[in-house]
Amino acid sequence: MPEDIILSTSGLTKEFAGFTAVSGVDLKVKRGSIHALIGPNGAGKTTCFNLLTKFLPPTRGTIVYNGRDITGEKPAEIARLGLVRSFQISAVFPQLSVLTNVRIALQRKRGDSFDFWRSERSLKNLDAEARRLVEAVGLSPFLELTAGELSYGRKRALEIATTLALEPEMLLLDEPMAGMGREDIERIEALIRKVSAERTILMVEHNLSVVASLCDRITVLARGQVLAEGDYATVSKDPRVVEAYIGSGGGHGHH
Amino acid sequence: MTDLATTEAASGVALAETDDSTAKLHRNLFIAIAALLVVAPFVAYPVFVMKVLCFALFALAFNLLLGYGGLLSFGHAAYFGMASYVCAYTAKNWGLTPELAILLGTAVAAVLGTVFGALAIRRQGIYFAMITLALAQMVFFFSLQTPRFTGGEDGIQAVPRGKFLGLISLEDDRALYWLVAAIFLGGVLMIYRIIHSPFGQVCKAIRDNEPRAISLGYRANQYKLMVFVLSATLAGLAGATKAIVFQLASLTDVYWTMSGEVVLMTLVGGLGTVFGPIAGAVVIVAMQNYLASLGSWVLVVQGGIFVLCVLLFREGIVGLVAKWIKKPL
Repeated sequence: MPEDIILSTSGLTKEFAGFTAVSGVDLKVKRGSIHALIGPNGAGKTTCFNLLTKFLPPTRGTIVYNGRDITGEKPAEIARLGLVRSFQISAVFPQLSVLTNVRIALQRKRGDSFDFWRSERSLKNLDAEARRLVEAVGLSPFLELTAGELSYGRKRALEIATTLALEPEMLLLDEPMAGMGREDIERIEALIRKVSAERTILMVEHNLSVVASLCDRITVLARGQVLAEGDYATVSKDPRVVEAYIGSGGGHGHH
Repeated sequence: MTDLATTEAASGVALAETDDSTAKLHRNLFIAIAALLVVAPFVAYPVFVMKVLCFALFALAFNLLLGYGGLLSFGHAAYFGMASYVCAYTAKNWGLTPELAILLGTAVAAVLGTVFGALAIRRQGIYFAMITLALAQMVFFFSLQTPRFTGGEDGIQAVPRGKFLGLISLEDDRALYWLVAAIFLGGVLMIYRIIHSPFGQVCKAIRDNEPRAISLGYRANQYKLMVFVLSATLAGLAGATKAIVFQLASLTDVYWTMSGEVVLMTLVGGLGTVFGPIAGAVVIVAMQNYLASLGSWVLVVQGGIFVLCVLLFREGIVGLVAKWIKKPL
């Protein structure tokens, strides 16, 4: 029986003037899995991520999502197909309230919002759903604060609530734990596990203990190429992976 | 479970209350503005008040783009001035009634805004501002080179105020005042509605974080173009109305200094506040009028105020008040 692949790339390559950041990456993400993309600094993780989310156009190669070639699509279009990304720097709308942040995503269900003549009250029917999502990430006490006033960890939680509001089929998380304290990491980890139930997640992550406990499958990148792939036990024993991490100066290799 | 339900209900009530109290405050402010509009022509020189209203509407339109769309246009004089020319020309040479001339001027501004906006939104930040400036300068040179249409250096003078709907003569300042006041109030209410519409929400989201808005599936450029066109159209409405008030359309209206002045009004009043641009227009126009005896020194005083504003209160007059009372204005 063939594996059910939701997202795959073949020969994905990105060259910047004389420098190949990502080179011939073949990636297959199984539907319903939590897949991690790891690698030492400069391995091309973030570039690869930006290629998948269409924020960068690839030089060569194709990306197929749900059997559909999305190589030439624009970022807003793939979001509409159910492939939604997060950002490394917490991406909230800082001057809008926590509730409005989530509601902006819920507004997508109405289609395009070009109705400048209609009152804000027409969005009131989304408030209950927005509150539910805010509560799910533990931000209920901060409903009326503007997002810019939240702590770093809470901004990330808000970002996840906003992303979930789109009910995406697949989530792409760019270092969801970056810059977080232990407490926040545990909270977000639990949240990711919870939301992974009905969806596929691909994440770039530095924190290897998070990767070990959370992810089903890991792809290791080094110098823009796939070095190894498998579950954590397989990958962490691979001598090439160990060498890549130590060779790059380490820092992330301890486990 | 009961606990949770109560907290949720409580936060819901609190939210509704703050929303309501802000809305109530805004409604009261609108009533106050309407009352002021009624009283103003009896205590101040009507032409002066009309000038303030035209520039206030211009600044409001500009603020819609910068304060809520996050787009700094440095060429808004193009829409203001071109609408002014079209209105003046058609009222004088085609004999259009004032309301039709104003509408036609506004429509031309909308078309111009669509074309220029579509070109400019392809770039961001300072490049966006530079493209809008360059396009506006093109409009200026066009106006300079087509004296048959614009009257060149002389402008279009002695524009007839005509009869509103062909019935009511607007030659009397007071009579014209009510039309201008109605246009202003309509413009303000329209902008208020735009800001608080579902469309306005998305604009604010794009202003705050464009890549994020895109990643949620919003085609940001379409929203930016839309807000650009709305802003240009309302700027055109202000310019066309001004042509009827002063019975004049001139190169001053399309020159880049006019674009600069509207930036100044918006910043002094309070960028990204609903009522700030009105306050800013009052301050700047009053200054130009009452300090007119100083000649070119008015510009120096204006520059000084701008420096003080940026150094001491970046939020502008209304922004500062909003901070004190802790409510958006």
